[in-house]
Amino acid sequence: MKICVLVKEVPDAAVQKRIDPQTMWLDRSGENNLNPFDTHAIEAAVRFKEGDELDVDEVVAVTMGPDSAQRALQKAVALGADRSVHLSDSALEGSDVCATGRALAKVLESENPDLVLLGQQSDDGECYTIGAVVAEHLKMPSLTQVVGIEVDGDKLKCERQAEYGYDTVALSMPAVISVGDAINEPRYPSLKAIMGAKKKPLDTKSIADVGIEASQVGEDGSRTTVIALNEPPAKEPGEIIEDEDTAETVEKIVSWLDERKLI
Amino acid sequence: MGGILVYALHDGNGEFNKNSLGALSEAGRLASELGTEAAALVVGDVSDEQAQGLGNYGVSKVYRAKDVPEGLAQPIVDAMAKVIADDGFSYVLFGGGLLGFEIGAGLTARLDAGVTMEVTSVKVADGKLVSERPILQDSQIADVGYVSEPGIIIGRLNAFDVEESGGTAELVDIDVELSEWSTRAEMLNRGEQRGEDVDIEAADVLVGGGRGLGSAEGFDACEELAETFPNGAVAATRAVVDAGWYPYAAQIGQTGKTVAPKLYLAVGVSGAIQHKVGMANSEAILAINKDPNAPIFEFSDLGVVGDLNKIMPKLTEALKARKG
Repeated sequence: MKICVLVKEVPDAAVQKRIDPQTMWLDRSGENNLNPFDTHAIEAAVRFKEGDELDVDEVVAVTMGPDSAQRALQKAVALGADRSVHLSDSALEGSDVCATGRALAKVLESENPDLVLLGQQSDDGECYTIGAVVAEHLKMPSLTQVVGIEVDGDKLKCERQAEYGYDTVALSMPAVISVGDAINEPRYPSLKAIMGAKKKPLDTKSIADVGIEASQVGEDGSRTTVIALNEPPAKEPGEIIEDEDTAETVEKIVSWLDERKLI
Repeated sequence: MGGILVYALHDGNGEFNKNSLGALSEAGRLASELGTEAAALVVGDVSDEQAQGLGNYGVSKVYRAKDVPEGLAQPIVDAMAKVIADDGFSYVLFGGGLLGFEIGAGLTARLDAGVTMEVTSVKVADGKLVSERPILQDSQIADVGYVSEPGIIIGRLNAFDVEESGGTAELVDIDVELSEWSTRAEMLNRGEQRGEDVDIEAADVLVGGGRGLGSAEGFDACEELAETFPNGAVAATRAVVDAGWYPYAAQIGQTGKTVAPKLYLAVGVSGAIQHKVGMANSEAILAINKDPNAPIFEFSDLGVVGDLNKIMPKLTEALKARKG
């Protein structure tokens, strides 16, 4: 069987993110990190391949984005994916959730996977929706925010936390599962794996290659439009203490609590 | 124009989720401003009385799909898509929570519709709805409109207030044919409680522990610190509950509790949006975290950048000494 892992390049957490005021799109020029949640999805896929409960032939990392997104694929391969697919086309720029989901579903369709894994959220968009959008297009059962997967015959028994506690759900494959960061502890890639990543096959595809028309993606394929960007209501910034002398820090905390009659 | 359809989540016995009730109230308010009506959709085991009772929150009609199971998104996508196709709705609204995200996302694909998530407010402009969606760690707010119908709006936790209007709703039972793929997920066990049942909602002071504690043992220090306050308790982030470090009943945020104590003392908590939405209304927030870039410092009243393993024991000691 084949497992596809959807990955995404995101801005480094320490970098101040900004919106380009002309296009209203996130300025992605400085991006250089594989979305941390996706590393857990790759780890889950690689563990399935290493284990003997599922007969996994290959793990394929899939992304969509500009040329720089290839770095995310290389990291995914260094973490254990066998090869990668990059959907890259200028027509994709400005895609909203609806258009992005449609494009990713099309590229996945061309791979015909038995299981699709992805991180439950991206560091930049704070959106949990892509897994469920893609699943609907692929007509596959899906579950998001999964923190445990157990193979049970031809089904996957998944655990996740929902509104009333923990749910256990059995999914028949093919299926789409988004995972949370509690599912596993991703390994660090070895130097050899990092060096070898560039040699693993990387397939770059245009939208035409996977049967997407330009009108279905980008701004034309989007169903939402950003009308304006506003500043949130101004909030008095809090006080910050850098802990240099802990006894002094604790004294400051205690007097702060005291002033507010909290002790 | 068509109305606004709201999914009302319940616990399996017809006890509705507070965030869903808030979404109903919001839909009722928006519908009257737009000159249309709001309706609710419920699935599973909901009595006539429970379903009609949703009229009290501002909807005039309740669709009930008895044979569709509660708790999994895709069968509910089938139900909502059917109602939208049959009766025509211009907007679909979900209260904060996990299932609304999944159903809203599924509908986006099914209906080729626009979706906004983590919405904190909805307004009417030129006879259309516009979602306010905070982005980039809440540093900016995007006003997002829809270019086609229906527009799908997924609220942030606690975004919409519950308001009782005193009405009753017309109940319409519907039959839904499930998609083949919707039947390939099966709920084996729903709503399992993990860990002991602790009460954090009545506490005046909450010590909230996150992944920065390093291990389950880190919570011992949190409990000791909480005990120095007259009515203190310990709360936790989702990450540490998922890791099995602390009971689910103590969890704050998206799929946990919402609290507003006099003091929220966050230790090793990064302050992700999903946690923030459950505790941002605390009267005072004090955060200790070693990462100066942690988002929690953006909304804490006092932020301490440092090693919690050094600071917490000394703070506990100082507070104990004061108590005498």
